[in-house]
Amino acid sequence: MAARQALQVHLDLLSQPCRALHILLACTRLPHTVRHVALRRGEHRTPEFTEINPMQKVPVMVDNGFILTESDAIIKYLVNKYDVPDHWYPRQPERRARVDEYTAWHHTHTRPHAAKVFLLEVLLPAQTGSPVEAQRLVGALSQLQETLDQLESMFLRRQPFLCGDDITVADLLAVCEIMQPEGGGRDVLQDRPLLQRWKSRVRAAVGDAFDQAHAVLYALRDRRRAKL
Amino acid sequence: MAVELYLDLLSQPCRSVLIFAKKNNIPHEVRNISLMDGEQYGDHFGKISLIRKVPALRDGDFTLTESPAILLYLAQKFQTPEHWYPADLQQRARIDEYLSWQHCALRLHGSKVFWLKLMIPEVLHVEVPKEKMEAAVEQLSDSLNLLEEKFLQDRPFIAGGRISLADLVAIVEVMQPVACGLDVFGGRPKLNAWRDRVQAAIGKELFDEVHQNILGSQERVKEMDGSKLESSKAKILNLFM
Repeated sequence: MAARQALQVHLDLLSQPCRALHILLACTRLPHTVRHVALRRGEHRTPEFTEINPMQKVPVMVDNGFILTESDAIIKYLVNKYDVPDHWYPRQPERRARVDEYTAWHHTHTRPHAAKVFLLEVLLPAQTGSPVEAQRLVGALSQLQETLDQLESMFLRRQPFLCGDDITVADLLAVCEIMQPEGGGRDVLQDRPLLQRWKSRVRAAVGDAFDQAHAVLYALRDRRRAKL
Repeated sequence: MAVELYLDLLSQPCRSVLIFAKKNNIPHEVRNISLMDGEQYGDHFGKISLIRKVPALRDGDFTLTESPAILLYLAQKFQTPEHWYPADLQQRARIDEYLSWQHCALRLHGSKVFWLKLMIPEVLHVEVPKEKMEAAVEQLSDSLNLLEEKFLQDRPFIAGGRISLADLVAIVEVMQPVACGLDVFGGRPKLNAWRDRVQAAIGKELFDEVHQNILGSQERVKEMDGSKLESSKAKILNLFM
């Protein structure tokens, strides 16, 4: 029995951090089993899932019985434990610190600001049947613009990836958040060539894994377009 | 060679960094940055870090922000006692899990209560609707429940038998709503006991010294010049209200 398949991840690819984890697993070819959890159908609230994660969130990793939540913790654990290329989460202290810095900043900037746009444009209207709250959306877009400005001026200043010369887990986490508004047909990088070039570099580095992870999001976007 | 630490002790993550540096006898120099006076927007600080946040660390040519990153960097560089960030991958993962979760949970909710209960009404002179205050206190309560039920469970500390970076980051956040007069520990014997263990592990004298400023907040706001915050007022209200 292959001990490695004892690595299980519980994912919904509509979730940004789930996609980042999915891409990392694909790129590093770590043997694992995926258990799909459909948030849209409330599968994260079932007794079975709640027993695995009382916080009822995805992603969750179970590695030989060891249960872990929070995508950055899961990603760092996998990189530390298994033999993956160093660039993902470098061992050299200053380079590692740069990744730790971004993953912390991510929680209070990229993640909430991009997610809010998707929430207001797609999730809330779908759940409530009400139209998009235009005022709130304007505010959310403005906040996201500020965050994108900061990504360009603070993290991508004179370097091809967020934390240096090579792709790291930070780039995966960031790109998946930035992709989320595409579920509502919105490309937030439309007028931003610097970030577009960064995104292309990330896509080139991860190959097919990018579109595979985002297939569900694209399908959502296409279904919504078809309705218009 | 000493590292430079850019800090404002009114800020929770600045406190965790200073406690860590002092507790571990890490050679450091503190450079005070007054957030109330907007010093994080000054030219000098901009040269230290484009990110313009405190805490910030400068170690030679290397600068760093975000307290989890700073703490991890210092732990590694100065080879601090293993319990702060153990080599055991599962314990380490528990700490990373807490450090990740807390940004949009305990840190956010504790900050919100501090601003809504004290700073916004007393310094900005804006009335806070009762429902908003109650909702914020409830959110904080939910976060504290998760701290107790998920992150501590029946362990003395978050990662196990000894204090780690997770407890340090947690305790400074818990102290923020304490400083605005909220009875955080009332009816929470588990949290109380954990707090006592954390304080003992850090050393009460060090803990009290670093928290002296923030714990004087209720008095200080009476003399505080609200006009200094005028330029940030819209942003603050947008963030918390």
